[in-house]
Amino acid sequence: MNELNDPATRSVPPMVEVRGLHMHFGSTYALRGVDLEVAQGEVVVVIGPSGSGKSTVLRCINLLETPTAGTVHVDGVQVNHKKADLNAIRAEVGMVFQQFNLFPHLSAVENVGLALRHVKKLSKRETAAIALAQLEIVGIPEKADAYPRELSGGQQQRVAIARALAMSPKVMLFDEPTSALDPEMIKEVLDVMLALAADGMTMVCVTHEMGFARGAANRMVFMDDGLVVEQGQPRELFEHAVEERTRQFFSQILKH
Amino acid sequence: MPGSSGRGELHPRSGENDMALDAERQRALIAQRHGGTTRRPWAIVDRDGFPYWLVALAVFLAWMGYRIATNDRYNEGAAFIDDGLITTVRITVFSFLLALGLGLVAGLGRIARNPIVRNVARTYIEFVRGIPILVMIFVVAFIVFTSVNGWLDRPNRSSSEIKFIVAIGIFYGAYLAEVFRGGIESIPPGQTEAGRSLGLSQRQTMRTIVLPQALRNMLPAIGNDLIACFKDSSLGTLLAVGEITHKTKLYGGTNFDYRAAYFVLAFMYLSITLVLSLLVSWYSDRLSAGRAR
Repeated sequence: MNELNDPATRSVPPMVEVRGLHMHFGSTYALRGVDLEVAQGEVVVVIGPSGSGKSTVLRCINLLETPTAGTVHVDGVQVNHKKADLNAIRAEVGMVFQQFNLFPHLSAVENVGLALRHVKKLSKRETAAIALAQLEIVGIPEKADAYPRELSGGQQQRVAIARALAMSPKVMLFDEPTSALDPEMIKEVLDVMLALAADGMTMVCVTHEMGFARGAANRMVFMDDGLVVEQGQPRELFEHAVEERTRQFFSQILKH
Repeated sequence: MPGSSGRGELHPRSGENDMALDAERQRALIAQRHGGTTRRPWAIVDRDGFPYWLVALAVFLAWMGYRIATNDRYNEGAAFIDDGLITTVRITVFSFLLALGLGLVAGLGRIARNPIVRNVARTYIEFVRGIPILVMIFVVAFIVFTSVNGWLDRPNRSSSEIKFIVAIGIFYGAYLAEVFRGGIESIPPGQTEAGRSLGLSQRQTMRTIVLPQALRNMLPAIGNDLIACFKDSSLGTLLAVGEITHKTKLYGGTNFDYRAAYFVLAFMYLSITLVLSLLVSWYSDRLSAGRAR
């Protein structure tokens, strides 16, 4: 595993630090010792074939899955520690899912406001103001009162991003945010993500959108079979991948 | 590109529709299991076509009502029996509230992570489901209440109505527990994950995200159990609780007019049940229409 010797990432402690992460479901291993560091403001894109464990890494960062072994630190706090205040940590880590997972019984603005109300305990008025402002940031303030059913996939995913952003997280995790979208809706979601990256948000994205990786990622991490195989700047990795497995993966996904 | 999360998302492209379909199917399944229907019984255009059955029932009820109103013997019976209506309604309301509480707790217990909680819930459910309701009533009235009052060193003078309400509440609680469990499990795990990832506690996630959605799915089944519970209030007659069935027995016994007495009784149950059933369907429809909007 090659450590990245970028001085920018070494001077400040990393925002996300994953060390020796192991994860197995019964006898099947999903992760076999993953190390990953994400510096503050860094955008990391994780790629790899199906079943390589990239989503599992993401889900371990906010402990939706409990790792079998290894440590996860977010902003210096060990997440998978017995005494960790999970809810507080999760409130600071935003997550966007492949299937949006909007709450169908709540309108867009209520989706965004739910955690503000119940986790941050803000007043109704503050909640509504922040929620509306977030919807404006993702470009759909006019859909505030619409229910998820009435929104297109792209709009739903943008509401989901607004919902995560409303908590002013330190890190945003994206788990294949565009994989469930119709092709014509992918751009509107990527545009929001690009703006977010430009704004200095720390992001870890599992995605197959190579255009996004090329345009926004500071670093690309290639995973296979529960391990980080190789990582580097996107252009470098695209053009000069060292590992045979990485080159093979690129040749498969970039063929068409 | 294939979904690579490895968590069994088979149709990444049609995710939202799938979820809607799933919810619909689940609702139908839950309702079916409890012998209910999610369809509007009164809708003129329905998959069943024109609701002739409803017209037939309405005509029959109208005829019964007319007989009772115009026939002095029936009229007299009705006047005696309807004294018990309040008791019947009271029994239904309180026992069903108790059942809802027990059902929610046991239903949540059934899917709890703690194995002790899970097993306690399961024991309660299986215990109750293994006993006929009739026996349940006697067990609660003659064993449970007597023992508990004995342990508490209290005179055994709880009213039979209380005993009966508790018995019915415990009984329906076990059935509602399974309804709650099914309803909660019908909500996709992604909903819980989204809630937890926002920092909501398990309890908050259950209360603000899972239960509101689950309740909509469960409503037909809960309505069914409410109607069944209402009908089973007639068993109160076994403990001489003064509800309408008991009143009917009394009236028939003193006036030797069983024909009039049970005619009136059947009319009361049938009309109330029909109204309840229509209300439940109407309310379920309104909720699902609210969701579809």
